[in-house]
Amino acid sequence: MSKANYDVVVVGAGIVGAACADELAHRGLQVAVVDRDIVGSGATAAGMGHIVVMDDSDAQFALTRYSQQLWQELRPSLPEDVEYDQCGTIWVAADEEEMIEVRRKQDYYGKRRVPTEVLDAHALQSLEPNLRQNLAGGILVPEDGVLYPPCAARFLLSRAQKHGVKVRLDVSVARIGEGRVEFTDGSKMLAEVIVNAAGASAPELTPGLEIQKRKGHLVITDRYPGFVRHQLVELGYLKSAHSLTADSVAFNVQPRRTGQILIGSSRQYGAEHKAVDNFMLVRMLQRAQEYMPGLAQMSTVRTWTGFRAATPDKLPLIGQSTGDKTVFLATGHEGLGITTSLGTARLLADQITGRKSEIPVEPYLPSRTVKEHVHA
Amino acid sequence: MPSSVASDQVTLTVNGAPVVVPFAATVAVAMMIAGQACRTSVNGEPRGPLCGMGICFECRVTIDGKVHCRSCQVLCEQGMEVNTEK
Repeated sequence: MSKANYDVVVVGAGIVGAACADELAHRGLQVAVVDRDIVGSGATAAGMGHIVVMDDSDAQFALTRYSQQLWQELRPSLPEDVEYDQCGTIWVAADEEEMIEVRRKQDYYGKRRVPTEVLDAHALQSLEPNLRQNLAGGILVPEDGVLYPPCAARFLLSRAQKHGVKVRLDVSVARIGEGRVEFTDGSKMLAEVIVNAAGASAPELTPGLEIQKRKGHLVITDRYPGFVRHQLVELGYLKSAHSLTADSVAFNVQPRRTGQILIGSSRQYGAEHKAVDNFMLVRMLQRAQEYMPGLAQMSTVRTWTGFRAATPDKLPLIGQSTGDKTVFLATGHEGLGITTSLGTARLLADQITGRKSEIPVEPYLPSRTVKEHVHA
Repeated sequence: MPSSVASDQVTLTVNGAPVVVPFAATVAVAMMIAGQACRTSVNGEPRGPLCGMGICFECRVTIDGKVHCRSCQVLCEQGMEVNTEK
């Protein structure tokens, strides 16, 4: 039919690229994955690995819930090192105002058949005794979980390789388009479709994409088994994460299987350097200690940063690029890429293979942000 | 005689058993005399002192209930309770 080397070349071996390659290969396509670094070296390795249903918008709920259910289906196949643990999320309410949000969440999730349990102050204290006294309560979402993202990406990619996917690492892509992937060393690959799954670097390959880098910090402690039992996130997180401009921090801690505790989170626009920003780090840790005073006594092992790929409407870009018909996008997942990688892969593969998707794809189509191209 | 012995030796417990060490010995020494691992790695392997100078964190133990103490940096004290970290 053509001289293409592959049906699809995926640029980016993060968890999104790995999931896309795996799904496309399962549908019988000839696929290659390329990355300038190692598997999962970007936001995949930097993130927490929280598998979470979110309800900032109906579209965000649909994609996160669909994806969470795909993770649950995949769970029996996951190797030990993925450390999948269905520990549940507790959204922590500091005061009565936040308890109103708890009840709204309970209603929203309940109508969509996501189990939840509303916790009063006493119930919260008995589930998480190391939270400070005098919190108002919270809401437990028991089907949420955590995993270790780099190993999840590696698992998806190695499964893809068993289905014939070729992987080229440590190669830099200079440009993509018109059915060609050109590398900086002068070599190239021909493909019917090129998937830009380059995360926060996606605009370097598809200029004009409305994606901003949103920097985050994380800290991991030494081993303190049992100190934290669920992923704990303050409900004030919603105010923090929604802000499109200001730098912000929120209480967000996660228990790891080793007994270590991941402490987050921070959000910064316009911070292009990878270096740890001590001012943000201190703000983040102070916020965490306001909720869990005992964290102050703990030893930390490592601190690092990463860059989320943020879009203006908080939804990823999944589908054909508006500029080049051979380029498809799978990026812009901001802080939800680990969760939504599996749903993204399904929706992307549906579009490439012409299959009807199980959830509406329109909210994630790249054309939604460039209306003039749609109606041209 | 008993009083002079007492002054240059210290008795502490390691995993519940008494251990006698010379005065000014570190807890790492006590762990070696007792033949006990300092801690257990995430893969269940025994761990003990590697660098001996507070850098590598391999020799962490629990001392009097306080977790993650570097045994090579702490001197033994009379009656101290030291436990291997699981």
